[in-house]
Amino acid sequence: MRRPRARQAPGAPPPPPPRAWSGWALGLALAALVAASFASLPLRWAAFFTPEAARGTLDFLAGFAPPETAPAFLRKTAWATLETLSMSALGTLLAAGAALPMALFAAGRFGPGARAACRALLNILRSIPELVWAAILLIAAGLGPFAGTLALAAHTTGVLGRLFADALENVAPLPEHTLRANGAAPLAAFFYAALPQALPQMLSYTLYRWENNIRAAAILGVVGAGGLGQMLKYHLSLFQTQQAASVILAMLLLVAAVDAISFSLRRAVTR
Amino acid sequence: MRPAPPALFRSRALHPDPAWRGRVGMALLAVVVVWPMAVLAEFHPSILFDRQSLGATWRFLADFLPPAHDPAFLSMLLRETWQTVAIATAGLTLALLGAIPATLLATDRLSISRLGGGRMRPAGVLLRQGVRWLLVLLRSVPELVWALLLVRIVGLGPTAGVLAIALTYCGMLGKVYAEILESSESHACEALLRNGAGRLAALCYGALPEAASELVSYTIYRWECAIRGSVVMGFVGAGGLGQRMDESMKMLAGGEVSAMLLVFVLLVAAADLVSAMLRKRLG
Repeated sequence: MRRPRARQAPGAPPPPPPRAWSGWALGLALAALVAASFASLPLRWAAFFTPEAARGTLDFLAGFAPPETAPAFLRKTAWATLETLSMSALGTLLAAGAALPMALFAAGRFGPGARAACRALLNILRSIPELVWAAILLIAAGLGPFAGTLALAAHTTGVLGRLFADALENVAPLPEHTLRANGAAPLAAFFYAALPQALPQMLSYTLYRWENNIRAAAILGVVGAGGLGQMLKYHLSLFQTQQAASVILAMLLLVAAVDAISFSLRRAVTR
Repeated sequence: MRPAPPALFRSRALHPDPAWRGRVGMALLAVVVVWPMAVLAEFHPSILFDRQSLGATWRFLADFLPPAHDPAFLSMLLRETWQTVAIATAGLTLALLGAIPATLLATDRLSISRLGGGRMRPAGVLLRQGVRWLLVLLRSVPELVWALLLVRIVGLGPTAGVLAIALTYCGMLGKVYAEILESSESHACEALLRNGAGRLAALCYGALPEAASELVSYTIYRWECAIRGSVVMGFVGAGGLGQRMDESMKMLAGGEVSAMLLVFVLLVAAADLVSAMLRKRLG
């Protein structure tokens, strides 16, 4: 310590360490960012806090109660929920199927050039969200759940490909080397030594992504890609708020059920 | 004539994969499960390859190169990108305004009646559970649905986006903050509370120093998520890059879409980088 201890009164706490200036600079930059954000956005709080606006908002919200409960409508909502589940399951399955071969390249099994190229491709797939993929794929696949399924598959391929590649790279290499040294074909050595080691982890990643995709599939429809989201968008744009309320409730139930199931499964597995 | 091999060896020699029965069985089961799903999700890959959709896709994709780059478009792109970041930042700031008080109300760590293994007072239990349920409700409605509803109330534009992020992230941050506080080291906070310190003082001097870096790190991570979310919310009319992307997509202007996608990928990468750098600083 540079400051001599002797100048301090006995029993007094040591002087606080000097603060780094970069911390202050960072805090200032953050404050500037927040201030600039609020200043530059054309926010219309007036549309929210005047009495008549508040009354309009309350009227709008009151229109949601009670939710529509006609049996025919409930049946339609249940079908849309099943459609959402199917979209998420198929999308995840397609993604896992596409991610495995891409992971082979991305894990560097075909040279470092292929590894870098494949990782870049996976990064692009991953950094475009499902909803943007859905909006793009509507042009090729048309309105409906098929576009949503493909959009989920595209984004999830990016995520799973990266995770699978990391899992494959972390596999212990000795068993595969042993098989190869004893004359097994490369494919056989991969299937019987490398893959079984990585498979449990890949499976758990896939299940985890499926859980995420159920949530994503529920809202993908707002751009017209099927499932509950499409129903919600449809009824909201016709101002049928009671039907929209039922659809939102179905979404909440679906997400809550998925959360509960995954929570209890995870606890059962880890215990 | 050679004698037939013993039965044991013959059955082994039939198939090189000893587990083939299980594999084929699982594959059949998977087909049976997946088939109805494919029907339900209207899974028709042939749509992708019929002449009309191939033509439309080709025209759209051919437009991608080169990306649009005239000065007017680029300045619009810059403005919208900033608006996306601003929506995320403003939304997260408002979310913090709601999440911090909610955390103080919800966390068990600041309960005085619970000290020393006692039971919490019924009023305390009721209040904490109530706040928790409110937070669960806020975050289980997806941000996109909030945006969809708010666009109906405040009209198209960034106000809906900011409010949607504020509502959803208030729920997420409040819940996770309470969990972080509860899972951190409790001695300092409990000692302060037992010796008669106020709740706020116990929080500032006991609980926060233990948990501060984790709290800040989570907040930065959420800011990164909010940037991604604000692009997506633009698609329902909540301002920013997403809204312009939606408009260009509807006009099938491939060059504009590709430029926006490029900017979006770069923006996400930059947010990722900044957030990783800031979190590394926290150690």
